[in-house]
Amino acid sequence: MTLSLEPLAVVFLTLMIACAVAVLSVRDLLAAVVVFGTFSFFSATYFAVLGAVDVALTEAAVGGAITAVFFVTAIFRTDRGAD
Amino acid sequence: MNFAFGSPALDAASRLMTPFILMFGAYVVMHGHDSPGGGFQGGVIIAACVILVRLVRGRAGGWNLSPETALALTCAGVGIFVGVGLLGPIFGGNFLDYAALPLSLKAGEVRAVGSLAIEIGVALTVTGVLTLVFDALVEARNDG
Repeated sequence: MTLSLEPLAVVFLTLMIACAVAVLSVRDLLAAVVVFGTFSFFSATYFAVLGAVDVALTEAAVGGAITAVFFVTAIFRTDRGAD
Repeated sequence: MNFAFGSPALDAASRLMTPFILMFGAYVVMHGHDSPGGGFQGGVIIAACVILVRLVRGRAGGWNLSPETALALTCAGVGIFVGVGLLGPIFGGNFLDYAALPLSLKAGEVRAVGSLAIEIGVALTVTGVLTLVFDALVEARNDG
């Protein structure tokens, strides 16, 4: 059982690491928020693969939807510094 | 029809998705005791639906859920949680002791009804708080 799950775990963990690196390296804050949402959905899928459907549901709802909306609102609320 | 900052495509999509999101949120709340989900997750899904409608149509289209109403919903949810929890000590059990509730049901059904009431309270609170947070962020944007 564990052996059959390992390839999927590797795939989703790799995607999560790639998304995290992309979030930190992207210059545009809106793009960073969008990539962070995909990070949340990949981690939600990873939780679902591990069998923690409850955690996956929470992560998809909070991390993917609500947090992204709040971040976008906060970005429009703040000014961009001189950079 | 007046679109404040949405578009006809966004309006049509949100109209199509809203009832299904609300139905899924209610399903997640009501089946939380024996399947994945619960009050928090269902409340977040319902709040996401409210925020989606507000994003597309503005607050006027958001079912007139003013911040005061959202705050009242939040307090009502906390009141439901504490009230159902205090029913246990009133009927001779512990706090949040569903088995002590004087319902003419089987033991498992009494626990299901009790946890359903608790989860409805939690869902109301989460929906109200998340809507309040979104309203506070948007209001701050309009002020500054």
